[in-house]
Amino acid sequence: MIAPRLNEIWVYLSASPLLGLTLTLVAYQAAYWLHRRAGFHPLANPVMLAVAMLVAVLLLTSTPYQRYFEGAQFVHFLLGPATVALAIPLYAQWPRLKAMAGPLLIALLAGSLTAALSAYTIGSLMGASHESLMSLAPKSVTTPIAMAVAERLGGLPSLTAVLVIATGILGAASARYLFNWLRIEDHAVRGFAIGIASHGIGTARALQVSEQAGAFAALAMGLNGLLTALSLPWILPWVERLLNR
Amino acid sequence: MLAALTTLLVFQLLGEVIARALAWPVPGPVIGMALMFAMLVMRGGPGEDLRHTSTTLLQHLSLLFVPAGTGIVLYGDRLAAEWQPLLITVVGSTAITIVVTAWVLQRLLRRRTQSGQGPT
Repeated sequence: MIAPRLNEIWVYLSASPLLGLTLTLVAYQAAYWLHRRAGFHPLANPVMLAVAMLVAVLLLTSTPYQRYFEGAQFVHFLLGPATVALAIPLYAQWPRLKAMAGPLLIALLAGSLTAALSAYTIGSLMGASHESLMSLAPKSVTTPIAMAVAERLGGLPSLTAVLVIATGILGAASARYLFNWLRIEDHAVRGFAIGIASHGIGTARALQVSEQAGAFAALAMGLNGLLTALSLPWILPWVERLLNR
Repeated sequence: MLAALTTLLVFQLLGEVIARALAWPVPGPVIGMALMFAMLVMRGGPGEDLRHTSTTLLQHLSLLFVPAGTGIVLYGDRLAAEWQPLLITVVGSTAITIVVTAWVLQRLLRRRTQSGQGPT
C-alpha cells in the first residue's frame, strides 16, 4: 500500500516547483553550515558545496535540470534586486572611492585586459578549441554580460555560464592566499581585485570579510562588466589575428 | 521591507528598460545599480528600511548563484572532453588577474601616499 502512495507523492513533487526551491534552500543551508564549521574557510566555498550536493541529487534521481530550475528560478530571480542593492555598500565607501578614482581606473584597465588575454593565451597553449577559447575570454565578468559577449565572439554562452561560476568560486577560494603572498592588507585593494577577477561570487565572499571589501568588489564587478561588454568584442578578434599571423 | 524591495525592483526595471531602449550590452540590474547609486548620492544616503533590506539580501548573495551553478549538469560531455585545458585556464587566469589587479592598485596607492598627494 505504501509503495504506490510514495510513487504518487513523487509524481506530485517532481512536477511542482516546490521541490526545486526547497532543495536549493536546504542544500545551501547545509553548505553554509559546513562553511561555518570550517571556520568560514575560503576553500569550503558555500556555492561550490551547494552545487555539488544538488548535482548529486539531480543525477541520482535523474531529474532534468529544466525541471529543477522551474523551482530554483525564484531564488535565481533575486539576483536582479540584489545587484541593485549593491549600490548601498558602494555608497558607504563614496568618499574613499572619489579619492582613489585615478588608481582605480588604471587598475580596472590592467585587470580587465589581464583577465581576458590570460584566459585566451593559457587556453590556446593548453590546446582548447576555438569555441572554448571564446567562451573562456569573458569568464571574469558577471554571467549575463559574459554570456552576451561569448555569443558575439562565437563562443558557447551556456558553457560560459559554467566557466563564470567556476571562476567566481576559484577566485573566492584562492584570493586570500594570493593577497597574503603579496602582503596586501588594504581591504579596498583586496575587494577591488577579487571583484575584477571573480564578479558576484567574489563580491559575496568579500562582503563576508568586510563592508569595505564588499563595496570595492561590487564597484570592480560593475566597471569590469561595463568595460568588457564594450571592449572585448573588438579587442579579441584583433588579438587573434595578430597571434595567428 | 516591502517599500525597500519595491524600490529595488523599480530600479531594476528602469535599468532593464534603459538597456533595451538604448540597445546597450550592459545588463539591466547593473544599470539599476548605477541609477540607485546616483539617487543615493543625490538624496544623501539610504533610509533605514532600504539599508536593512539590502543588507539582508546581500548577506546571502552566494545562495543566489546556486541555481545557475547547478546548470553544470548540462555540460557533462564537453567538460569530460575538455576539462583539463578548461580547468588549467580558469585556475591560472583567475590567479593572474587577482595578482595583477591587486599589485597595480597597491603600487599606485603607495606611490601616491609617498608623494603626499591626498589621502588614500
